[in-house]
Amino acid sequence: MLMWLQNLGQSGMRVFQRLGEASLFLLQILMGIPSLIRHPRLLVHELYSVGVLSLAIIVISGLTVGMVLGLQMYNTLVDFGTEDSLGPVVALSLVRELGPVLTALLFSGRAGSALTAEIGLMKATDQLSVMEMMAVDPVKRVVVPRYVAGLISMPLLAAMFSAVGILGSYIVGVGMLGVDDGAFWSQMQHKVALDADVVNGVIKSIVFGMVAAWIAVFEGYKAVPTTEGVSRATTRTVVHTAFAVLGLDFILTAIMFGDN
Amino acid sequence: MLFKAIDNMLDTKKAQQQDEMLVRINDLHYARGSRKILDGVNIEIPHGKITTIMGPSGCGKTTLLRLIGGQIAPAQGTLTVAGQNIHSLSNKDLYQLRKRMGMLFQSGALFTHLSVFENVAFPVREHTDLSESLIRTLVLMKLQAVGLRGARDLMPAELSGGMARRVALARAIALDPMMMMYDEPFTGQDPITVGVIMQLIRLLNDSLGMTTIIVSHDVQEVCAISDQLYMISDGKVVGSGGPEQLQNSDSDWVGQFMHASPDGPVPFHYPAPPFAEDLLEGLD
Repeated sequence: MLMWLQNLGQSGMRVFQRLGEASLFLLQILMGIPSLIRHPRLLVHELYSVGVLSLAIIVISGLTVGMVLGLQMYNTLVDFGTEDSLGPVVALSLVRELGPVLTALLFSGRAGSALTAEIGLMKATDQLSVMEMMAVDPVKRVVVPRYVAGLISMPLLAAMFSAVGILGSYIVGVGMLGVDDGAFWSQMQHKVALDADVVNGVIKSIVFGMVAAWIAVFEGYKAVPTTEGVSRATTRTVVHTAFAVLGLDFILTAIMFGDN
Repeated sequence: MLFKAIDNMLDTKKAQQQDEMLVRINDLHYARGSRKILDGVNIEIPHGKITTIMGPSGCGKTTLLRLIGGQIAPAQGTLTVAGQNIHSLSNKDLYQLRKRMGMLFQSGALFTHLSVFENVAFPVREHTDLSESLIRTLVLMKLQAVGLRGARDLMPAELSGGMARRVALARAIALDPMMMMYDEPFTGQDPITVGVIMQLIRLLNDSLGMTTIIVSHDVQEVCAISDQLYMISDGKVVGSGGPEQLQNSDSDWVGQFMHASPDGPVPFHYPAPPFAEDLLEGLD
């Protein structure tokens, strides 16, 4: 029993120690952001690799999620004769919840894991150490551009996910199942509010972007510099991001839509 | 760039006049967890000479280089480079001092996403505002010095181990440092490459007036090019002097290492219970 308590206490201490370390690291990143002014090209390069190269998975996933959502919602709504509400139902689901959350999970699997592996391998092959010895701060040169690229890319990718998802549900609902075209768009326009729905969705995606990019660069930078260490860090990035995003989503939803 | 180089040279000259030792290590202790890596090391590295730190694998040679570069901090003791206590410097001052140090890592540590040319140009672009044409000239001069001017467009993945190390050497000397540190420069290289690297180390040291620190366990090679050697074992300096002095040393430790004896003060067996006892335990 005592041993169990001792292990529990040690695990708790480790979690808080790691959180503290991650917070200090985030502070270091935020303080390094002004250095990007000297190297705008680095940010452009990372925006391409983190954002543009994630577009394919985001567009395909958004389209299929929208199509499935359209089909499932139609089957339920048609029983009550309210299939004309398909547009707002799908749009609200995507803009408020599925867009930001699924994009963050996909972003973590595609770009976050790549960021961790890249930074971890740079550490394992002494590329970060050699930068330090050349009097170049690896946090400013390697970590900051990747973090900022993640931060900028996430809301844009989430917006793309939601837009393509709505298009997917339109193809299924209007194109294949016969929902009225005018009703689909006009009801969506009437029910989806810019400030309450769209802006809140964007805020969620910005928060998820901050967290997903933070976890990815932190795990990479602090990875044990071995093959196994980098592999474990990559796994941790995906798992921790999933937990953090789902937990934060509940908190943010409660704050944003709790009164409705 | 030119003014900075002159400033650096003057600083170095001034420090040289004040103290003929570029690096002074006094009573240095370093531990990883409960394991002592360095246990009261005292080393002095003179200006303009090649000093080698030798010792068996895992004895803390690379750790010592990282301590000199200020990448890690000691538990106890002082370490001064050009009169400055490395571990009491602010981050800004440490980075200023590092601009005057070069380090060749065992792996080469080339940036895998940059070509040979861009790897060598990296520190120059980071620390100077030179024009593209001047950077090109400078990089080609450094690559010419290591014999790889023709390989400037290759990517690191296309280089052999020896070539990668030479490119890394060109990059390390790009800003004309006052001091070069080499971490196991001969390990895993074929005899021709070893010869090339030995020649380069000596040539760069003499022609650029640098101070060189090598950590290595390749006895023949380092004895051929070093002016002074230190031998570390169990975290302590167990011998020092010129190559001949160490070859003829009376110390058992030094003798075992210099003559590659399999057993001696550095035991062949890792600490373990008696062999018979271990075998009998398995029979139960």
